[in-house]
Amino acid sequence: MTSPPIPHHAATGHVAPQADHADKARTLLQRIADLRAWLFLAFLILGFELWSRISFGGTFLFNPFNIQSIAVFAVAPLLLATGQTFVIISGGIDLSMGFIMGLAAVVAAHVINWATPGMGFGLAVLFGSVVAVLVAAIPGIVNGMLVALLKVPPFIGTLGMFGVARGVAFLLAGGTTVPVKNEVFSALGNGKIYGVPYIILVTAVFVLIMRYLLGQTKFGQHNYAIGANAQAARRAGINIKWHLLRLYILSGMCAGLAGVLYAARFSAGAAQAGEPLLLDSVAAVVIGGASLFGGSGTILGTVAGAFVIAVIQYGLVFINVAPFWQFISVGVVIIISVLIDQAQRRFSGGRQSE
Amino acid sequence: MSDMTPIGQPLLEVRHLSKNFGPVQALNDLTMMVRAGEVVALAGDNGAGKTTLIKAISGVYQPSSGEILLKGKPVAFASPQEARDQGIETIYQDLALADNLSIGANIFLGREPMRRKYGFLPVLDRAKMAEAAKTTMALLDFHVSRLDAPVSNFSGGQRQAVAIGRAVYWNAQILIMDEPTAALGVPEQRKVIQLIHQLKAQGRGVIFISHNLQDIFAVADRIVVLRRGVQAGERKISETTHDEVVKLMVGG
Repeated sequence: MTSPPIPHHAATGHVAPQADHADKARTLLQRIADLRAWLFLAFLILGFELWSRISFGGTFLFNPFNIQSIAVFAVAPLLLATGQTFVIISGGIDLSMGFIMGLAAVVAAHVINWATPGMGFGLAVLFGSVVAVLVAAIPGIVNGMLVALLKVPPFIGTLGMFGVARGVAFLLAGGTTVPVKNEVFSALGNGKIYGVPYIILVTAVFVLIMRYLLGQTKFGQHNYAIGANAQAARRAGINIKWHLLRLYILSGMCAGLAGVLYAARFSAGAAQAGEPLLLDSVAAVVIGGASLFGGSGTILGTVAGAFVIAVIQYGLVFINVAPFWQFISVGVVIIISVLIDQAQRRFSGGRQSE
Repeated sequence: MSDMTPIGQPLLEVRHLSKNFGPVQALNDLTMMVRAGEVVALAGDNGAGKTTLIKAISGVYQPSSGEILLKGKPVAFASPQEARDQGIETIYQDLALADNLSIGANIFLGREPMRRKYGFLPVLDRAKMAEAAKTTMALLDFHVSRLDAPVSNFSGGQRQAVAIGRAVYWNAQILIMDEPTAALGVPEQRKVIQLIHQLKAQGRGVIFISHNLQDIFAVADRIVVLRRGVQAGERKISETTHDEVVKLMVGG
């Protein structure tokens, strides 16, 4: 070496001992922030349990009927929220999911009604469901092209698609709900196996697949990278356009599946099926620990977030509180959740600028 | 790393390179060379053509005339990706890392290794990524306690090391570093300087852009000074002084 030697210890990346305390505190805070949805959930269930025992002398949590009702309640928002989790981690948002869900529900109803005489009950259900999910992919493709190719901000692009999907869904439904006459379909929506409703099983399997996709595949890994630093992802050779296109197709198809299960459960397709669920899905993702700035979030967190909302909604009805308190409670939980996220960000950000 | 060029042999040669943007001549007939195990500093005022030069070398710009030779063979890169595939890696000042991912995940970003779980399910091979992170960072004499932590937990210098580590892992022969110490505090700057010494000892070529003459004199073997797109001078660091370099830069 031609230059003056540099003391060896100064040049290595050893974490100094005094940094260990801060490191531990940060790790702890990060854990708490990661688990906040589960903490909310435990806190809520405990609260309802206590309330239930004190005022009715009965249990809330250990009543299988309650658990099942909450789970059925959570199905549609959860399906939307899993897709929304991917989009939000990428730094985007999909506002059109609610009406894509309605569109899929109406398409499923029409196609199954049309196909049942020719195909028979079972095949018509399969055919109609597949068609509905594929139709739901179309607004996803448009969203993806707007965001990826035309660089439209996701908020605006998907807001436009919100209107388009809404209009198309109402037009297809003729402004009314479309009843489905197919026993297999309503059995799918309301039947059970070993006491567990089919729609919960379908949702559970789907959530596991989405968790695998996010946590174990290149697609998921690239999704995190793009959300954190799109330029870094591009420099690393990731095809961002292609990724975003597939991403919005995925969220559209999640909404499609939610629409099919909705139509099955109510034996009818309704354009407004997902209208109140869109914001619940965003709320579930945020409560579940994702940041709207992108780059963070998990499927398990979103599951907890969706259950937080479902437990609040069902629990308040259960204890006979005016339903309007739901909105207030969910709102407060969202705000607390975001505050935790920001506190954690500030804390770990302080170290970066050292 | 069997394909490394022996230390002292020419790795990269730039011959009579010119680049103009319309009527603006950003680079005019520039010739320089980087040998294996050599650190060449590029110095010059803003607008002197340093950035144009490294962008031409790294495939961002196509030169208007002149040629680039890699290990004696003429090359033309249509994109940064092509330059990277041939072992020319640029370490960006603004740290091209995904802060939410681990060191290993950043090293493998875009080229993630997969394994089969239960014999059929393809999953990310995180063990391999962590192992590569550990060995690569050790190669840079850089040790972190938590390999699974997102890189946002690390300091600026440590993250710079991760970016360098990624280049090293993918066997970059030539590293172009644009102001690698500009955003860092003094102890962190020293770490990066030490890292550059490591790269040099491994027989890689380094092109190092800095405004900081102290850093240049601490790490470079030669300095190429640019002024208004032309080479204003080239000196061995051992045979020049701060004053002389400054004079070359300002044209005094």
